Amino acid sequence: MADRAQPLSARAGIWAAAGVAALIFGAFAAVIWRAEAGRGLGPSDWAALRFTVVQAALSALLSVGFAIPVARALARRRFPGRRALIAVMGAPFILPVIVAVLGLIEVFGRSGWVSQALGFLGVPPLQIYGFHGVILAHVFFNLPLATRLILQGWQEVPAERFRLAAQLGVDRWAMTRLIEIPMLRKVVPGALAVIFAICLTSFAVALILGGGPRATTIELAIYQAFRFDFDLGRAALLAGIQIVLTTGAAVVALRLGQGDSFGGGLDRAVRRWDATSRLARQIDTLWILLGTVFLLLPLLAITLSGLPGLADLPSSVWQAAATSLLVATLSTVLVLLLTLPMAVAIAFGRDRLVEVSGFLGLAASPLVIGTGLFVLIRPVADPMALVIPVTAGVNALTVLPFALRILVPRVKDIVEGQSRLALTLGITGQNFVRLVLLPRMRAQLGFTAGLATALSIGDLGVITLFADPDIATLPLQIYRLMGAYRMEAAAGASLLLLILSFGTFWLLDRGGRGHAET
Amino acid sequence: MKTIAGVAAVITITGVAQAQDLTIYTYDSFVSEWGPGPKVEAAFEAECGCDLALVGIEDGAALLARVRLEGSRSDADLVLGLDTNLIGAARETGLFAPHGIEPELDLPIAWADEIFVPYDWGFFAFVTETGQNRPTNFQSLADSDTSIIIQDPRSSTPGLGLLMWVKAAYGDEALGVWEGLADNIVTVTKGWSEAYGLFLEGEADMVLSYTTSPAYHLIAEEDGSKMAVAFDEGHYMQIEVAAKLASSDAPDLADSFLEFMLSEAFQEIIPTTNWMYPAKIPEAGLPDGFDTLITPQNPLLFSAEEADALRDEALSEWLTALSR
Repeated sequence: MADRAQPLSARAGIWAAAGVAALIFGAFAAVIWRAEAGRGLGPSDWAALRFTVVQAALSALLSVGFAIPVARALARRRFPGRRALIAVMGAPFILPVIVAVLGLIEVFGRSGWVSQALGFLGVPPLQIYGFHGVILAHVFFNLPLATRLILQGWQEVPAERFRLAAQLGVDRWAMTRLIEIPMLRKVVPGALAVIFAICLTSFAVALILGGGPRATTIELAIYQAFRFDFDLGRAALLAGIQIVLTTGAAVVALRLGQGDSFGGGLDRAVRRWDATSRLARQIDTLWILLGTVFLLLPLLAITLSGLPGLADLPSSVWQAAATSLLVATLSTVLVLLLTLPMAVAIAFGRDRLVEVSGFLGLAASPLVIGTGLFVLIRPVADPMALVIPVTAGVNALTVLPFALRILVPRVKDIVEGQSRLALTLGITGQNFVRLVLLPRMRAQLGFTAGLATALSIGDLGVITLFADPDIATLPLQIYRLMGAYRMEAAAGASLLLLILSFGTFWLLDRGGRGHAET
Repeated sequence: MKTIAGVAAVITITGVAQAQDLTIYTYDSFVSEWGPGPKVEAAFEAECGCDLALVGIEDGAALLARVRLEGSRSDADLVLGLDTNLIGAARETGLFAPHGIEPELDLPIAWADEIFVPYDWGFFAFVTETGQNRPTNFQSLADSDTSIIIQDPRSSTPGLGLLMWVKAAYGDEALGVWEGLADNIVTVTKGWSEAYGLFLEGEADMVLSYTTSPAYHLIAEEDGSKMAVAFDEGHYMQIEVAAKLASSDAPDLADSFLEFMLSEAFQEIIPTTNWMYPAKIPEAGLPDGFDTLITPQNPLLFSAEEADALRDEALSEWLTALSR
C-alpha cells in the first residue's frame, strides 16, 4: 500500500515519530551515561524495587479480581443509568491523582467517613498511609479500567452463543465453564499486564500516601534522590532500573493486551437466559452498587469539602491554575501536531510506528524522562527556567499512545474511503488535510484534545523535579498546601482542579462532536 | 506566529521570578502566616528600606538539596533553616560564604563558625496529649503500641535530629532500636508541618517535634492540652542556622540581615512564632508560658563534624530498619 500514489506524504509522520523516539532514547541514554553505581543498591533500594513490583502485582490482581464480578453484573443486567455508569467508569482516567487521593483520605482516612462510622461501632479507625493506602488508591483508579476491559470481553461473546446455550438447557455452571471462563482466559491476562505496567510507574499516589522507606516506589525513590540529596548519579541509577522494569512490563502488556480500552459498544447489555434467579440478581445488584459507591464516594467527598474553600482561594492557587492551563494548552497543541502526521503515516502502511510509539509510551516513565532531560539541559541552560516547556513536553509524550489509538482508526477510514477520489480531483498535500482530513476528524480531534488537556492539567509528576519555589502547577500547589497543612485551601483548590480537568475535557470533546453532528 | 510570540512572552513572565533586593530560602513553617516570616519581613524592610522575599522550600534538608540543585544559578542570597547536623554537608558544597559579623549569643554551647550564624535553638521531643501515660524512653516506646509520626531524615531537620538523638543515646545499638520502633511509626512525612498537622488531626498518639511546641498551644491558643514527654536518655538539641550564599549579588545586604537576625527586633519574634528558644535572649526575657515547659536534664548534641561523619551510617541504619 505504501508504494501506491497517495494524496499525502508519510514523511511528516515519520519525522514526528523519529523526534519522539530521539527524545525518549536521548533521555534514556543520558540517564545511563550519568548513572553512578556509587554506594550501589542499598537495602532500601531493594526494598523500593520489591515494593514497586509487589504493589503493582497486588493492585493488578485486586483490580481485576473485583472487576470480574462487576463486569459480569454489568454485562447481564439492564437498568436505567447503565450507560451513564459505564461512561463514568472512564472518568478516573482523566481524574487528577491528587484530587482522588484527597478524596480517598476523606473517605478512608483515620478521621474520614468510614473511620467515623466504625467509631460508632467501637471499632478503631482505619489507617490509610502506607502499603494498603497505595493499593487502595491504585484499585480505585484501575478497577474501572479493568471493568471496562473485561466488560468488552463479555460483549464480544456473540449473543447467539448465550441463546444457543439456553436452548440446549445448559446449566449455569456449564455456561460459565464453556463460555465465560474461556473468554476470561483471553481477556484477563491482558488486563492484568496493562494495570501492572501502569502501577509500576506510580508516583503521585506513593508520594502522598507512601513515602516512608516501607512504601517507596522506584519512581518516588528517583524523586527523593533528586530532591532530598540532589544526587543525580543515584537518580540516574534508579532511573536505569526503572527502564528495565517498565520495558519488560511493556513488552508483556503489549503482547497480552489486544483491543482498545475505550470500548466501543459497551452500552449493549447481552440478553441472558441464565442468571435470572433472585439470588443471582441480588448478587449482581450488590456488585454494581459496591462498584458505584466505591467510585463515587471520594468524588463526592472532595466536592463537599472543597465547596467552602472555593470561595476564597489564595491568589497563589489562581496563579497555579493559570500556569496549569498554559502547560496543558502547549501540551495539547504538541500532541496534535505530533500525532496527526503520525496517524497519517500509520494509515499509509507504516504500522511499525504504532507499535514503537505505543511501546515507548508505556515504557517511558515521566520521572525517568524528567531526570534524563535534566541531565541533558543542565550543562547548557538552567533547567528550572524551562519548567513549562519541559512539563508540557513530557505530558504530551505520556498522552501520545492514547492519542494514536483514537486517531489512527479514523484516519485509516478516511484514507481508504477518500484517497482515490481526492487523487482524481488533484486534491493532495495541504489541501487534502484542509478539505478532506480535518473536517472528517473533528470528533476524534476533540476527544484527543480533551484527553490531552485534562491529563496535563491534572499531572503531578515531572513538575516536582523542575519547579522552583515561585512556580507551580495547580496539582503541585495543592500538594504544597497539603504540606503546609492548609487543608481547607487544598480541598478548595482540588475542587477547582476537578472542575478544570473535567470541564476542559467536556468542552473540547463536545466541541468536536457538536460539529460532527451538524 | 503572533500566538507563538504571545505564548513565549507568557512563559517568560511566569518563568522568571520578580527581582527582589534580598531573597531568602527558608523552610515552609517559617513563612506561614502564623510563623515568624511576615513579622520578620516587615521589621527588616522597615529597617533597610529594601524589598525582602522569604521563599518557603519544604523542610531544612530538602532546602539544602534545593540550593545544591540550583548551584551558583540560585536566586537566593541567604539560606535560613539549616542546623548543626547539616552544616558539614552545606560547607562541602562550597556554595556558602563567610559572614562578616561578630555574633553575641546566649546559646547553651560555645559558638564559633565563620559561615553559619545561629538564630534559635531547641530540644527535640515527642509531643502528645496532656495527661496521657506515654513511654518515657526509646526502649519502652519500641515495646509499646504507642503510634508515632516522624519526619524523613533525608528531607527534614527534625527527622535527621531524631536519627542523631537515637545515635547519641544508643551508638552501635541504634539499628536495633530502629527495628523496634518500626512498627510504632504510622507514617514518615517529608517535613515537620505535615507531621504536626497529621498529629493534630488525630492520626497518631505522638509526633516528633520540640519541647517548646506545647507553648504554642498554651500561648497562641490558650490550650493546655499538649505536652512534651521527657525522655530518660536525654534530648537531642537543635541549633538552627542561617548563611550567606557566595553567589549572592547583594552580599552587604545579606550581612545586614544576618546582623538584624541577632538583634532584639528579630529575636523577640522567634519564641512566639517559631516556638524555639531565641539565640539571644531578648531584654524582656522569655514569654510567659515557657516556664511551664520541660527542661531536659541531659542535653545531647554532636558537633557539626561528628554529625556529618555519622550521618550516612545512621541514615542507612534507619533505611534498613524501616524498609523491612
